[in-house]
Amino acid sequence: MNITTEEIKNTIVIQINEERLDAHNSGELKAEVQSLFEKGKLSLLIDLKTVRFIDSSGLGALVSGFKNATTNHGTLKLSSLQPQVKSMFELTRLHRVFEIFPTVADALEG
Amino acid sequence: MRNRDIELDIKVPNQTRYLSLIGRIGEDIAREIDRFSGDRETLAYQINLVLTEAMTNAIKYGNSDCSDNCVHILINIAENELLIRIFDFGQGFDINEVQSPDFNQLEDRGRGIFLIREIMDSVTYIRNGDNGNVLEMIKQLD
Repeated sequence: MNITTEEIKNTIVIQINEERLDAHNSGELKAEVQSLFEKGKLSLLIDLKTVRFIDSSGLGALVSGFKNATTNHGTLKLSSLQPQVKSMFELTRLHRVFEIFPTVADALEG
Repeated sequence: MRNRDIELDIKVPNQTRYLSLIGRIGEDIAREIDRFSGDRETLAYQINLVLTEAMTNAIKYGNSDCSDNCVHILINIAENELLIRIFDFGQGFDINEVQSPDFNQLEDRGRGIFLIREIMDSVTYIRNGDNGNVLEMIKQLD
């Protein structure tokens, strides 16, 4: 999976450079998020700008990350959801769970 | 087979790396259906999603005894109906026992069948004689 991470204003911004977040690659994202929390990084932002497709496994990896954040007293925010991806969050009611921002800049200010 | 019917019979290795290939085929089908008046991009996403979810289930739970380690998918579009069948050779399960997720409980898993049911008009999972199981999904294309 092609992921880049960058620390901006004490937040780790995880950029997913994939069109799909699905059962094939979501395990790697889940492991990466878990690893960051274990290293003591408590403020994470996952930017989904390039992701145009997400399935239940992709959603599950993000939920796992959110639960990890709660356990570690940290935060996991999301940004840049494409319309079809956003509709998946609405269908599964996960838009009520995550803090979702239009852009990385908005999330870093929020 | 009528003039404008589409039928695809696909076998791919039971590996998740082929999910994107099957998903793309689903999206292309949505763009080819000439009797559909709704939002094609939404339909493309929906077909991609149900194929991805169903194939993931077949890979994870269904295909342990598949002699040729494949996932077998049949897609048929006739009249105003999309029919997808995915065959597996596993133990099978009672789809009627699969509950919708509890939205007040934050679980990592358990949304796949829910998503398929939300999108498709009919979803059944039955024993296919001596040939394993078949997940059959139907959507009306109005």
